[in-house]
Amino acid sequence: MTHPPVRPISRRLFLRSASLIGCSAAAWPLLSPVTFASAPGDERLVVIILRGAMDGLDVVRPIGDPDYATYRKPSLTDGKTGPALNDFYALHPAMSDLMPLWTAGELGFAHAVATPYRDKRSHFDGQDILEAGTGLDVLEPQVRDGWLNRMLQAVPDLKSDTAYAVGRDEMKVIEGPAPSMSWAPKTQLRISDQSQRLLERVYEEDPLFHAAAQEALEISARLEAEKTAEKNGMARLPKIKGQGADLAAFAAARLREDTRIATFSIGGWDTHRNQRNVLAGRLSDLTGAILALKSGLGRDWGKTTVLAMTEFGRTARENGTAGTDHGTGGALIMAGGAIRGGRVYGHWPGLADHALFEQRDLMPTADVRAYAAWAMRGMFGFEKGLLESTVFPRLDMGDDPRIIA
Amino acid sequence: MAGAENISTIAAIRFGYGLSPDQPAPRDAQALLSQLDEPDSAAARWPLRGTEFMRQQMRDMYAAQKAQREGDPTPQTRIRATRDILNTQVLNGLRAQLARASLSPQGFRERLPYFWCDHFTVTAKNTVTATAPDAFAKEAIRPHLTGTFAQMLRAAVTHPAMLMYLDQTRSIGPQSAFAQKHKKVGLNENLGREVLELHTLGVSAPYTQTDVREFSKLLTGLGFNAQQGFAFHPNWAQPGAELVLGRHYGGETPAKLSDIYAALDDIALSPATAHHLAHKLAVHFVADQPDPDLVAHIASAYSAHNSDLRATYAAMLEHPAAWVPLGGKARQPWDFIAASLRAINPPAALIDSLDDKKTRSRFYAPLRAMGQSYHKPLGPNGWAEDATAWITPQALATRINWSMRMAALHERHLPDPRQFVQTALGDAASPTLVQAAARAESKREGIGLVLASANFNRR
Repeated sequence: MTHPPVRPISRRLFLRSASLIGCSAAAWPLLSPVTFASAPGDERLVVIILRGAMDGLDVVRPIGDPDYATYRKPSLTDGKTGPALNDFYALHPAMSDLMPLWTAGELGFAHAVATPYRDKRSHFDGQDILEAGTGLDVLEPQVRDGWLNRMLQAVPDLKSDTAYAVGRDEMKVIEGPAPSMSWAPKTQLRISDQSQRLLERVYEEDPLFHAAAQEALEISARLEAEKTAEKNGMARLPKIKGQGADLAAFAAARLREDTRIATFSIGGWDTHRNQRNVLAGRLSDLTGAILALKSGLGRDWGKTTVLAMTEFGRTARENGTAGTDHGTGGALIMAGGAIRGGRVYGHWPGLADHALFEQRDLMPTADVRAYAAWAMRGMFGFEKGLLESTVFPRLDMGDDPRIIA
Repeated sequence: MAGAENISTIAAIRFGYGLSPDQPAPRDAQALLSQLDEPDSAAARWPLRGTEFMRQQMRDMYAAQKAQREGDPTPQTRIRATRDILNTQVLNGLRAQLARASLSPQGFRERLPYFWCDHFTVTAKNTVTATAPDAFAKEAIRPHLTGTFAQMLRAAVTHPAMLMYLDQTRSIGPQSAFAQKHKKVGLNENLGREVLELHTLGVSAPYTQTDVREFSKLLTGLGFNAQQGFAFHPNWAQPGAELVLGRHYGGETPAKLSDIYAALDDIALSPATAHHLAHKLAVHFVADQPDPDLVAHIASAYSAHNSDLRATYAAMLEHPAAWVPLGGKARQPWDFIAASLRAINPPAALIDSLDDKKTRSRFYAPLRAMGQSYHKPLGPNGWAEDATAWITPQALATRINWSMRMAALHERHLPDPRQFVQTALGDAASPTLVQAAARAESKREGIGLVLASANFNRR
């Protein structure tokens, strides 16, 4: 059994990850480390999972499409177009604060994208497939890890905190045999030395509890130390309000240290009803998260790629309750100083009835995984073969859209 | 892992809310089932508010808001007063449910409504309907715990809390009489999809988008508002019969509520539903990866008894796989907190009459930090079952902090940790834990250690 070089601390954390798949080191590694051109280095990747199916058509609005106005009436749009991105697309007004990023080439989109999931339009299967990164309608039973984890498995010099899941939601996208850390803002473990010693002994009998507690102790100690350092003169950043911004600010603080991959989720996108108000609220939370990442990352923002992805899009037509139902094609949001932004990528399929998927949803014209794969290739130098076989099984990446600057 | 082998310990921890110093553990499967035949004393002692209360609050709030829109300055205080009532009422509900879970002698009976309320997840979408999940638990779930699933399904799908949560209250047949006269109304697929995907057949069953669409059309007509309460509106219903899973329903004019019931009854008895529910019961109570034979056994009893739930539970409890040693599951935060209280056994007033501030700091906020915000699951699929979803570093840190604090609930009479480890876990405590409990620096920390242990957090 061959392991990549793993520092003692990772070995411990590995236990928690390994218990996730119910087996030991046999599942590790799926691939050899030589495929990583360089260690993660200075590039940073943030993946935000938008749970509940974001309506891509309402976020990046194809106002130049002749059929758009027939589907999207003021009952959904409030009659406001939003800032123009180019001649064809406009941005949802709730994201207006991101327009300076668009102008600076630090915000971009890919439209009419989807995972390979079709037909049943279940949030939960849709999210599982998005996070597993697999290519089938039904999750392949042998794939129990997320695509970010399979990417990490190819990193030769992986440290315990190279990758971080932030918040309290389960993040299957990063779970698997490769170590990653997991913590929520405003959490601190407080325990006496004697209790800690006794608990460690008690938890030794249970790998899941043992690994989680070790990680909790280690992170708490580190945060405590940083807090002390901060009090000793480091400048505090102005705080952006919102749950998404809280998660993003915590992620940014980790990314300023040794962390290079971070992921968290923002929920509440299932706008079956009263979409006008609900979506605006979600988008301002997401906008706050992106701005908090930019502000928190400081000069490292220039080496950062943010991908905000959702399980599927929503129906082209409005439903009977001023909302939209589960659909197929949607939009990918990209941000960060590392991207070639200021453009909407993808092939627009049109909105005419026959152009829709099953005459109801935006037709997907690209696999959303291809953009994630090209981002990883552009930032970290992974080989195409690895991305198409292991990170995203059976993906055809197609031509390079050159989303990384 | 724990690995208790005593039947009574397994019965109390796997199928109830754990052991209590005050109450004998159920002796066996029969004792668990007998709880369902006794009077429901916990619901009588710790009642929940129902739909009538919610409608009253809705009417008060809407009237105040209307007056405010019309320029009357006084309603601001009325709006605030209604909000205060509702905020307290949510905490009242939490206290009542926690008291039932931690103090009732009928632990299995208390775990069942938790399971079914999660199966039929509803959440409140705004403050004015904040007590909707309580009304749902009280009216749609509790009365049907031992009846047939078909009855529970009818009650759950047509309950105001469900109609509001999954947007059915505004879903109108596109060709209905109502839609002819009103623009901008139409179908909403939310409830139709989730009934098939989550409540009955399960996502892997062979139904199609067309079934979802047709079933959603069949559901049109179901309505609820504060003034009228629940009502079936034939003029909202899509005309014509709907073909759902190969059978036609409805078609006569006026449309009838009984057409919807007929479809729900058929779907309840589908073999896919039997398997889906059997699997969920086995996963919730026994193991994250349950024995397929246990699942098949439960499913066949469900079908043989026309979805009778008492017979379904009996099948689960009579199967040997339901009595394997403990440890296959992690207690969810609600279960963990209730079980802790059951083991600590504080005076009832420290649970059911706790003030709002302490209720928030001891229970409401910790539940959130452990990953299980009270009454607020993220989606209609409810809470995760896998141990790995719950025992994360951040959530375990919260469980440990909470455990160390809650020993204080003993007030001045802290038990000896060597005794507490037996009270709380019986033979489910490992020798290492028994030893560690004796070595803690203080009684408080010893009790905290037991509550924070893997033995106690598993079941």
